[in-house]
Amino acid sequence: MYNQSLKQLSTGLRNKAFSSVELSHYFLQRIKRFDGDLNSVITLNEEAALQSAAQADKSISMGEAGLLTGIPLLHKDIFCTEGLRTSCGSKMLDNFIAPYNATAVEKLAQAGAVMLGKTNMDEFAMGSSNETSFYGGVKNPWNLQTVPGGSSGGSAAAVAARLAPLASGTDTGGSIRQPAAFCGITGIKPTYGRVSRYGMIAFASSLDQGGAMAKSAEDAAIMLQSMSGFDEKDSTSVDRPVDDLLAHLDRPIKGLTIGLPKEFFSDDLDAGIAEKIEQAIDAIKSAGATIKEISLPNINLSVPAYYVVAPAECSANLSRFDGVRFGYRCEEPKDLEDLYKRSRGEGFGDEVKRRIMIGAYVLSAGYYDAYYKKAQQVRRLIQQDFARAFKDVDIIASATAPSVAFAAGEKKDDPVSMYLSDIFTIGVNLAGLPGMSVPCGFVDDKPVGLQLIGNYFEEARLLNVAHQYQQLTDWHLRVPAGYEQE
Amino acid sequence: MQWETVIGLEIHAQLATNSKIFSAASTAYGAAPNTQACAVDLGLPGTLPVLNEQAVRHALMFGLAVGADIAPYSVFARKNYFYPDLPKGYQISQFDLPIVGLGKLDINVDGVTKTIGVTRAHLEEDAGKSLHEDYHGMTGVDLNRAGTPLLEIVSEPDMRSAAEAVAYVKMVHTLVQYLGICDGNMQEGSFRCDVNVSIRPMGQEAYGTRAEIKNLNSFRFIEKAIAHEVERQIDVIESGQSVVQETRLYDADKDETRSMRSKEEANDYRYFPDPDLLPVEISSALLEQMRDKLPELPAAKKQRFQQQYGLSDYDAEVLTAQRALADYYEDSVSRVANEEKLVANWVMGDLSAGLNREGLDITDCPVSAERLAGLVLRISDQTISGKIAKRVFELMWGSIDSADTIIDREGLKQISDSGELEKMIDQLMADNMSQVEQFREGKTKVMGFFVGQLMKQTQGKANPQELNKLLQAKLKK
Repeated sequence: MYNQSLKQLSTGLRNKAFSSVELSHYFLQRIKRFDGDLNSVITLNEEAALQSAAQADKSISMGEAGLLTGIPLLHKDIFCTEGLRTSCGSKMLDNFIAPYNATAVEKLAQAGAVMLGKTNMDEFAMGSSNETSFYGGVKNPWNLQTVPGGSSGGSAAAVAARLAPLASGTDTGGSIRQPAAFCGITGIKPTYGRVSRYGMIAFASSLDQGGAMAKSAEDAAIMLQSMSGFDEKDSTSVDRPVDDLLAHLDRPIKGLTIGLPKEFFSDDLDAGIAEKIEQAIDAIKSAGATIKEISLPNINLSVPAYYVVAPAECSANLSRFDGVRFGYRCEEPKDLEDLYKRSRGEGFGDEVKRRIMIGAYVLSAGYYDAYYKKAQQVRRLIQQDFARAFKDVDIIASATAPSVAFAAGEKKDDPVSMYLSDIFTIGVNLAGLPGMSVPCGFVDDKPVGLQLIGNYFEEARLLNVAHQYQQLTDWHLRVPAGYEQE
Repeated sequence: MQWETVIGLEIHAQLATNSKIFSAASTAYGAAPNTQACAVDLGLPGTLPVLNEQAVRHALMFGLAVGADIAPYSVFARKNYFYPDLPKGYQISQFDLPIVGLGKLDINVDGVTKTIGVTRAHLEEDAGKSLHEDYHGMTGVDLNRAGTPLLEIVSEPDMRSAAEAVAYVKMVHTLVQYLGICDGNMQEGSFRCDVNVSIRPMGQEAYGTRAEIKNLNSFRFIEKAIAHEVERQIDVIESGQSVVQETRLYDADKDETRSMRSKEEANDYRYFPDPDLLPVEISSALLEQMRDKLPELPAAKKQRFQQQYGLSDYDAEVLTAQRALADYYEDSVSRVANEEKLVANWVMGDLSAGLNREGLDITDCPVSAERLAGLVLRISDQTISGKIAKRVFELMWGSIDSADTIIDREGLKQISDSGELEKMIDQLMADNMSQVEQFREGKTKVMGFFVGQLMKQTQGKANPQELNKLLQAKLKK
C-alpha cells in the first residue's frame, strides 16, 4: 500500500478497495510507528484529518472525486494552517496558530487532500540539514546517522519513509531539491510566481517558492497542478494559465536537447556522484534526447550573491517577530528595548540570528551599494546566463547536490561549508526558474539526486523528462530498509 | 546681523480611499481600537501586501496638478525600524524611485506670487497609534490606522518666512481637497506636516544647519513653531554656539520646540526594494486619460472668478479656497442675474458666519445655494431691504422654507408704494412740526429722526431709497 502511486491510490478509493478514512488511518499509523526515530512530523492533525477523510469519502461516493480527493498529505510547517499550529520550526512561533490557510494549503484542501500533519524543517527555512529546527533534527531514513537535507527535511524524510504519499515543501536556495536528493524522492520547485506565497511564512521573498515532494514525477505533477495558479493575494504570483502537467507526462522526449553546464561538472563534484549523473544522462539520451555542453559563466557567483540577497530580505521579513502581537514573548520585560532584545534573542536560534545580522549589515548605510546592489547585479548576470543557455537547450541537467547526505553534526559549526551544499541549486532561485530533483542511484547506499532545470513556466516539460526517465529506471520506487513493512 | 529664514516642508496627506493601501481593511476614522486591522495590517506571518490602485491614481492626480514629472517606473521600498505601532517592523514606503518627481506650486503672500518647488511626492503606509495614557504605565497600541495610504509631499527649501510656509501648506491643503484625494481634516490627522527650518546670514548662499519640527497639525501651530524655532536658532548662533541637526517636537501648550533626537541617534532605516511588491508602471495613456479628468485647479478657478464675476482678488481667493464653497457660490450666482458681488457678500458674510458658529462644513450648509439665490433675488428686485434680508436669512437657516414663503408669512415685503409712504410722511410731519422747522432751518440731521420713526412704524419694511426720496422732497417744500 505505502508504495502505491497516487493514481493507484485514487483508483483504490474510487473502487472502494479502501476508504479515505482507512487510508488516512493507515498513514497516521505509519507516522506513529516510524517517526519516533525520524522526527519528521512535528504536529499531528489526527482528528481533523479523519474528519476531512470522511468528507472525502462522501465526495467519492457522490462521484465528485478528483485525483487528490481523499489522498493524505503532509504540509511543511512553514505553510499557515487555520486552527493548527504553524511553528516554522522556531521557538518564536511555537504558540502560533494562524487564523487562515495559506493559499497552497487551501487549494489542496479544496482538491480534497487530507492533511495528516505538519513536517519538521530548519528554523524559518534557514538551513541545509534540518538541524536548526527548534524541534530537533530530522534523521534520514536511508541512514539514521545522516541528515535528510534542508530546509524541507521533514517533508523529504516523511515521503522517503512512506509516512505520506505527498508533502509540500518550499525552496529558497534548494530547500526542496537538496533534501529530495538526500532522501531519494522527487521534488519540484516551480517557476517563481507559479505557486502563491500567501500564507507561506517568508524567508527571502524574492526567492521563496512552494512546491511538491513525492515519490515520483507523476505524483509530484498531480500535486503541483493543484497548488499552482494566480492568487490576487500575492502580487508576485503570475496571472497565466497553468499547463496540464499530467497530459504532458507521456510525451516522448526524442529530439529534446539537454544542456550540461561545464561549471557543474568540475573536479569539485564527488566522483561517485558524477558517475551516477552520467548514467542518468545516458538513460535520457537513450530515450532520444541530445546532449550538449553549455556554460553558465557567472554561476560561481551564485552562492555569494545568494548569501547577500537572502539574509537582506530575511532581516526585514523577520522583524515582525518582536514579541508584541503574536509569537514568543520574553518573561517580565523591563521596558520596550528589553522586550525586543530578549523576545528575539530567546525566540530565534543561532542560524536565524546569523542571517538577520548579515542582512542588516549588507543593507546598512555605506554598505548597501557594495553588497546588496552588487548582489542584485550578479543576479541579473546569472539570469542572463540561463537565458542564453535556454536558447540552445530545452532542459539543463546536473547533480542536485555536490555530495550525498552528510553525517549529522558534520557541518553544523561550519556555516560556509553548509552553505556550499546548495551550490548547484541556488542559481535556479536567483533566476526564478523551475527546477527539480529526481533519484538516480546510490553512492555508499545513500541516494543521489539528478537536478533538472527548465525555462520559465516549463514545469510540464520538466516533469515530462523526469517521468520519462522514471519509466526507464526504478530508483524512485526504492524504499529505505526498515520501512517496507505494511 | 540680519538673518534669513529657510524653510522646507514635508506634508503627509492621508489619501481618501475606502480601503487601506495594501489590504482590504476599511480606513474609516474613529472605529473601536483594532477593529479595522486585518491579518495583513497586523503583519501576521505569511500575509502579503497588495497595492490599492485608487491610492496610485490619487498620487498621480497630485503629480499632474503640480505639473510634476510622473515616474513611468516607481518602486516601493522597506523602511526598517522597530516600534510597537509598526506591525511588520518596516514601513512600506518609496525611497529612490518615488511615483511623483519634481513639480511646482504658486503661492500668494501679500499680493506677491512666488513659485515653490515640489521635490517629490511618494506613496507610503501609515503606522498605527501608540496610546500612552490610561494604561497604568503601559502603552496601548491601536492598529486601525496601520496601512492607511499616505502621500508624502516634499518641498524644496524655497520658503523664506513663516507666512510663506503657511501659504504653501494652505495651498497644498486646498489642492488635495480640490482633487478629492484627501479630506484635509487636520484634527483627525488626515493632513499633517513636518517643517525643516534653518537660518543663514542675509546674502549667504550656503544653507545653515536645519532642525526638523515634527507633526504639526494646524496652520497656527506651523506659524508659531517656525517663529519660535527661528528665534531659538538666532539665540543659539548669536551666543556663539551652533545649531545641531536634530528632530524637534513643538509643544503647543508651552509654545516651544524641544529636542526629540539628534542626527547621531537617527535610525539607519536600511531601505531596500520591497520584494513583495512589483514596481509600479505608469503608461502615458493612463496619464493622458487622468489629465483629462483633472478638475479646475484653485489658481485657475480664482482667476476665472475675477474675470467672469468681476470679483476682487480677495473675494476670489476666499471663495475658491474650498472647492465646495466655490461650487456653492457658482450654483447660487447662476440663479440671480447681475448680482455677483451681492451673492459673494452673502456667501462670505452671513452664510460663512453661520457655518463657523455651528462648526459646519459648506457641504452641510442648512441653506442651499438655490434658497440663498432666492433671497438675493428679493433683495435685488427690492422686495426686501438688505436689513430685512438678514432676518429672513436667519429664519431660512432654521427651516426649509424659501425666502418668498418667509417674506409672505412674516409680512416682510418692503413698502415701496409711494402713495402709502406719502400718507405716513404727511402724518408724521403734521405731528412733529418743530422738527420740520428745524430741518428747514438747515439742521438736516433731523432727517434721521424722520427715517427712524417711519422705519419703526413700518417695522423696517419701508423701502429706504423710496423713503429717502419722498422725505427729502416733502421736507424741502
